[in-house]
Amino acid sequence: MIAPHQKTTLWLAYALHRTSGLALSVFLPAHFYVLSLALTTAGGLDDFLIWSDQPLVKFAEFGLIFLLAIHFFGGIRLMALEFLPWSPRQKTYAAVALAGSFFVSCTFLLSAV
Amino acid sequence: MSADGRILKVSVWRSDAGAGFFQDFQVPANQHQTVLDVVSWIQQNEDPTLSYRFACRVGMCGSCAMMVNGKPRWTCRTHVKKVLVDGFMRIEPLRNLPVIKDLATDMDVFFDKWIAAEGVFHPTKSRHDAFASIKPDNKARIEANKAVECINCAVCFAACDVVANNADYLGPAALNRAWSLVNDARDGAQAARLEAISQSGGCHNCHSQQGCTNFCPNELNPTASIAGLKRKTIAAIFKRGQHA
Amino acid sequence: MLDARLYLAQRLSALIMAPLVLTHIAVMIYAVRGGLSAAEILARTQGSIMWLAFYGTFVVAVSIHAAIGLRAILFEMLKVKGAALSVLFWGIMGGLLYLGASAVYAVTLTGGSA
Repeated sequence: MIAPHQKTTLWLAYALHRTSGLALSVFLPAHFYVLSLALTTAGGLDDFLIWSDQPLVKFAEFGLIFLLAIHFFGGIRLMALEFLPWSPRQKTYAAVALAGSFFVSCTFLLSAV
Repeated sequence: MSADGRILKVSVWRSDAGAGFFQDFQVPANQHQTVLDVVSWIQQNEDPTLSYRFACRVGMCGSCAMMVNGKPRWTCRTHVKKVLVDGFMRIEPLRNLPVIKDLATDMDVFFDKWIAAEGVFHPTKSRHDAFASIKPDNKARIEANKAVECINCAVCFAACDVVANNADYLGPAALNRAWSLVNDARDGAQAARLEAISQSGGCHNCHSQQGCTNFCPNELNPTASIAGLKRKTIAAIFKRGQHA
Repeated sequence: MLDARLYLAQRLSALIMAPLVLTHIAVMIYAVRGGLSAAEILARTQGSIMWLAFYGTFVVAVSIHAAIGLRAILFEMLKVKGAALSVLFWGIMGGLLYLGASAVYAVTLTGGSA
């Protein structure tokens, strides 16, 4: 599925940025809906929060934090590329963005359990 | 050229106005052999109807680029041993361009986009004026210098996925050319150029995948040039806002 | 299909969100310890002008940012163009703004259910 000319660190960084952005925007409406439950149904938000206390859901939340973090760090990387003087260390920055995202999402997972 | 007894398995794209197919050839391997040597060997020894394009054979004219095992290459300066996978090589016409016949592409789209990106010099002086004096350590001159050695081979155009997905996108080469002119103090069409590259097919479509920079045979950095254009065009929007 | 204005809106919304995302992640890591409850969340956010401004700005910026990003995906990967692209673009932005505003209203301005 990945063409030979795409097998580079920076193309994969692009693919990760696009996929995470798409996934986050699909998740957003659900996120907003659950929060608005605080208003519309008595105890609706609490029912949801009790449901979300399961290990599997907590792991899915870890995934969401990872998506947010990788989109954040990847976006910072892109804006630095566009607005700051050119740096030859593009691959290093992409790797740092990935590492930073794992660090942040693992920190969340550890405080959630 | 001394054959060393090994045989290269080569699959070459053949087409004439429309659908095509891969044709397999067995080519004697040589120690110092470029991809263009292989294509020429096939044309001279196996099938004289094979169409392809080349001129200088020394990496200056930019006419011999093709896809080799899925990656865009200047074939006259690409050694076979660098790109061979398990003794096999698949040679196709350059990606993102219409094919005329076999390995020869129609590069009109590519050059039309140079014009659309205002990749054209607009002189401000006549032959009666004195030469413009631009010092070698001038900041804009140094920027232009980094972008200027383009040979129009369209390798970057073939490597770019934004070009593949967006027919209007001007592409890395045309935008890189625009950047060298944005940094040319003698040019008289800077506002028109920034306007041309701010349209829906302009520099802002670039996703910084950096395929252009990765594959450019002259080791230019179109991604950095395009980033420069993004800064210039955005600065121009803010400046216009102040004057309005 | 991204002209200079859309590009500028995309980058500006990203710059605005950068500190908001960091704060959001930090609050989540802090708040999730010992489990979440509606009462705990609402105690923090209810009637707070600060959180209203924080999440209000966040919702506006993310609606613009996500709509422009999805517009690029629709155009480049699904070949949507012309009027259909405009309708989807504004529809996505409007939908996110509405849902986001409802959520912010619910957690900051009402008594809620807790």
